[in-house]
Order: sequence, then C-alpha cells, then structure tokens
Amino acid sequence: MSAVHDPAPPTTGAEARPRRARRVRGRTELYTSYAQEMALLNTRGKQLGVLAIIAVAAYLPLGVEDDILAVLATGLVLAIGAIGLNLLTGYAGQVSLGHAFFVGLGAYTAAVLSGDPDGRYLGFGITNPLVWIPAAGIVAAVAGFLVAPLATRLRGLYLAIVTLGLVFIGQYFFLEWRSLSGGAQVGRDAATPILFGIDLTRNGAYTDEQKLYWFFLVVLVVMALLGRNVARSKVGRAFAAVRDRDIAAGVMGVELSRYKQIAFTISSFYAGVCGSLLFCLNGHVSAEQFGLLLSVQFIAMVLIGGVATISGSIMGAMLIALLPQIAAEVPHLLPFISSSARDSPNIFELEIAMYGVLIIAFLLFEPRGLYGIWMRIRTYWKGFPFSY
Amino acid sequence: MNEFLTAGGVGLGNGAVYALLALGFVIIYKSMQVVSFAQPAFMMAGAILVSYLTPRFGFWLGALLGVIAIAAVALVVERVAIRPMVGKAVFVIAIITIGVDIVVRVVAGSFVGVDPRSIGDPWGLGAVSLGGVRVQERHIAAIVAATLIVLLLFAFFRYTRIGLAMRAAALDQEAAMAQGVSIGTVFAVSWALAGALAAVAGVFAASGNVIDRSLWMVALVALPVIILGGLDSLGGAVVGGLVIGLVEAIVRTYHSTWFPFLGTNTGSIAPYVVMLLVLLVRPHGLFGTKEVERV
Repeated sequence: MSAVHDPAPPTTGAEARPRRARRVRGRTELYTSYAQEMALLNTRGKQLGVLAIIAVAAYLPLGVEDDILAVLATGLVLAIGAIGLNLLTGYAGQVSLGHAFFVGLGAYTAAVLSGDPDGRYLGFGITNPLVWIPAAGIVAAVAGFLVAPLATRLRGLYLAIVTLGLVFIGQYFFLEWRSLSGGAQVGRDAATPILFGIDLTRNGAYTDEQKLYWFFLVVLVVMALLGRNVARSKVGRAFAAVRDRDIAAGVMGVELSRYKQIAFTISSFYAGVCGSLLFCLNGHVSAEQFGLLLSVQFIAMVLIGGVATISGSIMGAMLIALLPQIAAEVPHLLPFISSSARDSPNIFELEIAMYGVLIIAFLLFEPRGLYGIWMRIRTYWKGFPFSY
Repeated sequence: MNEFLTAGGVGLGNGAVYALLALGFVIIYKSMQVVSFAQPAFMMAGAILVSYLTPRFGFWLGALLGVIAIAAVALVVERVAIRPMVGKAVFVIAIITIGVDIVVRVVAGSFVGVDPRSIGDPWGLGAVSLGGVRVQERHIAAIVAATLIVLLLFAFFRYTRIGLAMRAAALDQEAAMAQGVSIGTVFAVSWALAGALAAVAGVFAASGNVIDRSLWMVALVALPVIILGGLDSLGGAVVGGLVIGLVEAIVRTYHSTWFPFLGTNTGSIAPYVVMLLVLLVRPHGLFGTKEVERV
C-alpha cells in the first residue's frame, strides 16, 4: 500500500530534465518513450540485421559474376526510385503513374551536365557525380513542385490519369528536343560518373560493374536512410494522415495541399536521382524508355515490395530487376516457351506478363507485399512453438 | 475550309471510336467507382480476334462473334480478378486492372504474328465525297455504328430491368441492394458491356489499317476523354470523345503552321494537353458530378 502512495521522491535539478529513456534488458518490445519506439533501428535484431545485410551487399561484388552484378546494381538504382514512389503513393496515398517522367528528367539532367561539351548533344562536362546526382534530383524535384498544385486539386483516380498524361507529354518533349535526347531511336550517352579521378565506367583494378555497384549501394543506403527519416518525422505522420483520411487530417490542422506538394517534391527528387544513375551501367539513354511501362514497373515494385515500407521498396525493386533473369530461366522448365524473340510465346512476353500476374497475385493474396511475407515469417518464429 | 472539313470528318470518325471506348470506362466507373485500365487490352484483343474470325465467317458475323467473345472474356476477368477485391480501396482495384491489361495484352499480342493482319472490313481506305469534302468510308461507318450503339445503350439503361438496376446501383449501391438489386449481376453486366464496347472500338480503330501491337495506344486517348466529359457521365463520354477526336484531328492537320518548331506531330499529345487545361478549370470534368465528401 505504502509503495503506491509514496510521494514522489524530491527531484533534484538534474533529474527534472527529461531523462534519456533507457532500454530494459531482455525486453526488446518494451519501449519507455515515444522517441525510443520511433528510433531508426528500434530493436537489437534490426540493428544487427541491417548491418549484416549491408555487409553481405558490400561483399557481393567480390563473389558474384559481373553479369549478375549488373542486374543487382540496376536493382539498387531502381530501389531509389521505388522508395520515392512509395513515399508519395505508399505513405501519402497519392497514386502517381507519372514517375517515369521524373526519372527521365533526372536522367537527362545528369546526361547533359556530364556530357561532352564538344559533343553532338548538349553537355557541360561536369562529370563529378557528387554534382550531377543532386542536380538531377533538384531538377526533377522542381518539376514535381510545379506539377503538384495541379495534382493537389485532384484525388484518387483523376490524379492517376492526369499523371499518366504527364508521361505522354513528357515523352513527347524528350523525343522532340533532339539536342537534349538525340531524338527517337537514337538516344545519347548517359551520365559518366568520374569520382575522385576514377572513371567508374572503365575497368581498372575492379571492373566497372563492381565499382558502379558499390557506388550505387552507397547512394541507396544514403537515400534509404533519408527516406526512413522522412517517414518517421512530422512530415511522414502528416503523409499517413493525408492517406488514411484526408478530411480528418485537414480538420486536425494538416495542410493538405502543402503536404501533398511536399510529397510530390520529395518523390520527384528520388525519381531524379534514380534516373541520373539508371543508365550509367549500359551508358546509353533513349527517350523511349520513359514510357508507361517504366511507371507501371515502379508501381509494381511498390506493390510487390510492400506499400508504405522502405525495406519493401528495396525488396520489390530487386525482384523486378531480377525478373528478366527469372524469365530467362523459365524455358528450362517449360519447353514450349521460346527464348528467341521471333517465336511466340517467348520470354520477353512472359517477362512483361509476369509484372501483371505478380501485381494481381500480390494484391489478391498478400496485400502487404514481400514485406508482409517477411512479417509473417518473423512473427511465426518470434512466438515459435505457439502459432498465434 | 475544305482542309478543315476533312479534318472534321477524320476527327468525328476517330471521336466516335474514342466515345465507344470512353463509354466502357464510364459504365464500369458508374457501377464500381473504378477506372478499368484493362479497356485497352480488350480493345486490342477484340481487333485481333475479329481478324481471325472474318476469313471464316465473313466480316459482319465475325465481328459479332468477336465482340461477344470479348464480352465473355471481360466477364471472366471480372469474376476471377475483380470480384474478390470488391470493398477494397478503389486504387487497389485500379492497379489490378493494370495487371489484367498487361496480361491480356501480352496474350493477345502473341497472336499478332509476323504477317500483317487486317480486320477484313468492307471499307478499307475507300472514300466518298460529301459536298466536295472527302470523307473516308471507315470514318462514316464508325460514326454510324457509334450513333446506333449509343442510342441502343441509352434505351437499354432507360427501358430494361437490368438497365434500371444498373442506374439504381450507380446512384446508391446499398439502397439498390436493399431493394433486391443483385450487385454482382450489375458488375458482371457492366464489365461485359465495357468489353463489348472496347471490342467494337477495336474493330473500327483497326479498320483500314494493319493490326500491330501498338493498337492499344489508341485506347489510352479515351482516358483524357473521360476526364474531359466527367468520369460518371455517359453523355459526357460521347461529347468528350467527339471533342477530343476533333481537337486531335485539327491539331494534326494544322500542326506545321501552328507549331513549326516541333518536328513530330503534336496531335498525339493534344488530348492530354486539353485534359490538363480542363482539369485546371473544372477538376471533375465538363459533365461529371462534383464530388461531395460527407464527414
């Protein structure tokens, strides 16, 4: 009894300040403060897991063939764009089919900045990626900022259709502005990354795939960290409120148009960064690539990976990047599918059809995507002998 | 003037095709508040199927069978992929229709083959002269067919029991269910109708031309059309289709005088520009119902 009614011990000056919440040993699920729960890696398991994944990812180039590495590197870059779309579509609930347009803006900004000043196409010869990556992001972000006021007037499917229109208009002007893009079916050289005097696209002590992979990995880690921080900040909470019930969010004082604009701007920034790096590997960029299919691929990454998760975006992007490889393996199992583009059905058709099938299957059976599958596995083993 | 009128003929002919496609979108939207992105695939599948049927059955019977078959495909798709999702967020269903679109398009596209396929229509590229203005027969056929179909469709909604049920469900789904309307039937009929309309549109879009894998792009123009007319207005779809068709044809004709600094034709993006401009002024389209959110 007395323990309950004991008056609080007199507080000294030092104790009156909010104490840093301490973890209780052995009880990883017990949070004693909000800040602790919202921490970046809020359990020991996550801390070790993320470190292990990054370590494995960093080691991969030394143990994997270069052609697989190129696919994985593409996946890393796509993941940046997927995180951007997930911030907009997953966290803020604004469905955008226009991601390809912003990716294109980023790709061309980077290509122009790093292009040969004396070449056939626009170029300024600034080959340092530490300059052209942020620049590509900013150009795309400005475009997103300018488009957003139109988009914030619209909701749901109207928005999806309008952003779709953006892709068509954007692609038209990319094709049309020949000194920028090289025109239809021609294209131009993509951005050249020369970091600290090392050309990442030339074979040296390490092959170009290895160097670019490491570079992409570093950029992805930085961008993922930024994305996670946006998601767990005030802005991220506002996004979630807008997504879950925009009117209620407005009533609570979340300025709808402002936060939608922020979401568009951030998402476009990610798309621009993704675009600037996406074509480094094969060194060529053509305007046909920024069409509807690319937008659908990004939507597929977000949905397959897991809506409103950063880790899910990365998983989804990796899966989509690996799809051509997976499709190429299918003829071994199903001999009636040809691996030549001449016959039908062939693996290229199969690959495109797989986007559709995967989107449908995940939405029907696992709406939380790969992240949801991971959560199930985790929950199963956490309570292991008990199935509930 | 003559040039302008010729463009008008082309515009109305294409506009009729867009209107048919847009009607499919609007019918599905009215019944389940979802934009079905699968329409382009149904349209392409319709054109390809008809091109296989006409050599055996002749054009008219072949087209009829093809349209019925695509309606059946749409029915199956609705039952298998869409019905389980009823009640989920509209965005989720819309994305599923994108998935359906990709799958159907790839399957249909694999039947295009290497040899050029034609729809086998009786018009080809023939043209007649109406008061000195050359109008292609296929455009006249499209306008006539679209007029007939629109009249039939409006009569269907006005006079049949299922049409009444569909109007009731569009107005208030729960109240309609309480009155004994089978919502499942409404969904099925609306998808079948939309599939059939897409297939008819496919026949006219492919007539006088060789069918290729990019035929479905025509159907994407229906998206600006429904935004222009309003997502839930059947009349708006028809008007919007004709307007977009005319704008596109006129821009295509006068492209070189208006936009000499642009090389390729601006006609292809004119519909989207019109859509953006309309949305700036009227976010819910010309004839769409203004969205009212009750708290």
